[in-house]
Amino acid sequence: MKVRARDPKQAWKEDFESSPVRDDGIETSTISGIPLQPLYTTDDLPRRPEEVPGQFPYTRGIHPSGYRGRLWTMRQFSGFATAEETNRRYKYLLANGQTGLSVAFDMPTLMGQDSDAPTSRGEIGHCGVAIDSLADMETLFAGIPLADITTSMTINSPAAILLCMYIAVAEEQGVPASRLGGTLQNDILKEFIAQKEFIFPPAPSMRLVVDSIEYCAKEVPQWNTISISGYHIREAGSTAVQELAFTLADGMAYVDACLERGMRIDDFAPRLSFFFDAHIDFFEEIAKFRAARRIWARWMRERYGAQSERSWKLRFHTQTAGVSLTAQQPELNIARTAIEALAAVLGGTQSLHTNAMDEVLALPTDKSARIALRTQQLLAYESGVANTVDPLGGSYFIEALTDEMERQAEKYFKRIEDLGGVIPAIEASFFQKEIADAAFQYQRELEEKRRIMIGVNDFTVDEEVPIEILRIDPKLESEQVARVREVRRKRDQARCSKALTSLRKAAAGTDNLMPYILESVRAYATEGEIMNTLIEVFGIYTEQAVV
Amino acid sequence: MRPVRIIVAKVGLDGHDRGVKVVARALRDAGYEVIYTGLRQTPEMVVDAALQEDAQVIGLSIHSGAHMTLFPAVVEELKRRKATDIVVFGGGIIPDDDIAALKKQGVEKLFTPGTPLQEIVDWLRQRFPEEKR
Repeated sequence: MKVRARDPKQAWKEDFESSPVRDDGIETSTISGIPLQPLYTTDDLPRRPEEVPGQFPYTRGIHPSGYRGRLWTMRQFSGFATAEETNRRYKYLLANGQTGLSVAFDMPTLMGQDSDAPTSRGEIGHCGVAIDSLADMETLFAGIPLADITTSMTINSPAAILLCMYIAVAEEQGVPASRLGGTLQNDILKEFIAQKEFIFPPAPSMRLVVDSIEYCAKEVPQWNTISISGYHIREAGSTAVQELAFTLADGMAYVDACLERGMRIDDFAPRLSFFFDAHIDFFEEIAKFRAARRIWARWMRERYGAQSERSWKLRFHTQTAGVSLTAQQPELNIARTAIEALAAVLGGTQSLHTNAMDEVLALPTDKSARIALRTQQLLAYESGVANTVDPLGGSYFIEALTDEMERQAEKYFKRIEDLGGVIPAIEASFFQKEIADAAFQYQRELEEKRRIMIGVNDFTVDEEVPIEILRIDPKLESEQVARVREVRRKRDQARCSKALTSLRKAAAGTDNLMPYILESVRAYATEGEIMNTLIEVFGIYTEQAVV
Repeated sequence: MRPVRIIVAKVGLDGHDRGVKVVARALRDAGYEVIYTGLRQTPEMVVDAALQEDAQVIGLSIHSGAHMTLFPAVVEELKRRKATDIVVFGGGIIPDDDIAALKKQGVEKLFTPGTPLQEIVDWLRQRFPEEKR
């Protein structure tokens, strides 16, 4: 008897349909709600010329050699208490093999106010280091040669001031600005959209961003002038597609603003960098990173006509998802972070921060910070994942999901354009509502147990959290207040007020403000004084609170 | 009888408003009258809003680590304005030791990361059983 072979795909389909399916009520879509097939095959592979790493549109990576050429930079975001204590932590991390610095500032610094401002009470040194003036910045980098290290600074509204402080410290070390490498977050649009650390209204905020990009293109050419960030958008509750789309839309808004200033695309685009979240839904994240590179390359080449390949390449930093961590059974956060970090690496990140297991409770201790760093070293040196470039390229599933992310992002670009662009969309609360809706939807899914967070809505245990927490000594607050007051007392007052007066005049005109800010910083004007000078001219922004 | 009116506020300098918005929406869906103040409210502003709106409850959210300063400052401001009948609760990243200290200082209830929304609603129902919703 002759048995006719069943078509294998048809056979799978029939067998699948007759197999029992779990009925635990847990969603099978991605964490962002993209429906998934149980199986992907060659039928799902996009029909397009083969893509390779290092070649347009860089879906498979911007470097032909992937991590064989160079591993990602292990850059742990860190900062707490005073400049002196943070300086000690930096030296500890560098001694343990960290390859770049990343400064976390405290809330008063992020909001452009001095430690002795009334609303700084209780906030000083809590979620980062307190920097009031050049004097604190000198302490922060004491004994760390700025010519040999790259530094990332996570700051936005007052970004230009902190960059000027860094340049001034380098000058004191004898390092010219042209040799400095690092990244300034400087991404004000996502502040309006998600993290809400805005101070000035959108227009003067954008002017400051463009001023710093323009200044750096000439004076600090190796500096990444902006880190266009999806991280905060995602952490505020967006989906992966929203993170992707809103971030790239912001990127294009910055490009438009720089072009409007009269800059040439290839003079600034190569120094634009990105920053994404690595959430827990493994494959969705990898697809997101791959789609981001492809979309950016296309837009830069085709829409903006960039000629330089460096302008086409989307380079990004990744941080594992703080929101995915749990205060319950916090040791599990090590496992979550490892999965997320692996997604970032398989997605081709240029640098990575891995969260510490206790970051959901407080700032990390020395030990938890080391475990987080070791997790990256484990991926780099033990797991073998760095040996092959884009190892998931060609996977039926990953390629299909990458295309799906791209398709959905393009829909958002259209909607944003219809609203008149990013800033009008911010003013219409478009992003804010989209994010709040997604956050609420996810919370509801958790409550209904359609999504599981281990230790939170399932697999719970009744236990005390036996975890050591880093606490900030309340004494630091009064010491920091005394320090900023002493700086004000001791400086050359005439030089300082002259610098601030010139800055005020320049702000009212159209000059690039960077040289004026740099002179104010060198004259030991405090961050708060510089910001207040600008506020006098620019005013402040208040958002309409939407629930 | 009027429904329970709740002021939810972000005190402190941080702008992390995901939690406060989710909670505000859930309380509204549960039938409470919810007024969200927006970001960066000082203790004085929060109490002003509560008195103006004739609220029975203030819900505070913070993620910057300044809870030990700002939560008690709201309670103090209520005392100063002789409005201690207003119930204060809070949420955010608050270590266990701090919870005990804050309760002693008059913050009636604190919710930490991972709290189901229903737990907050249940607590309010228990706290205000008589009120219409």
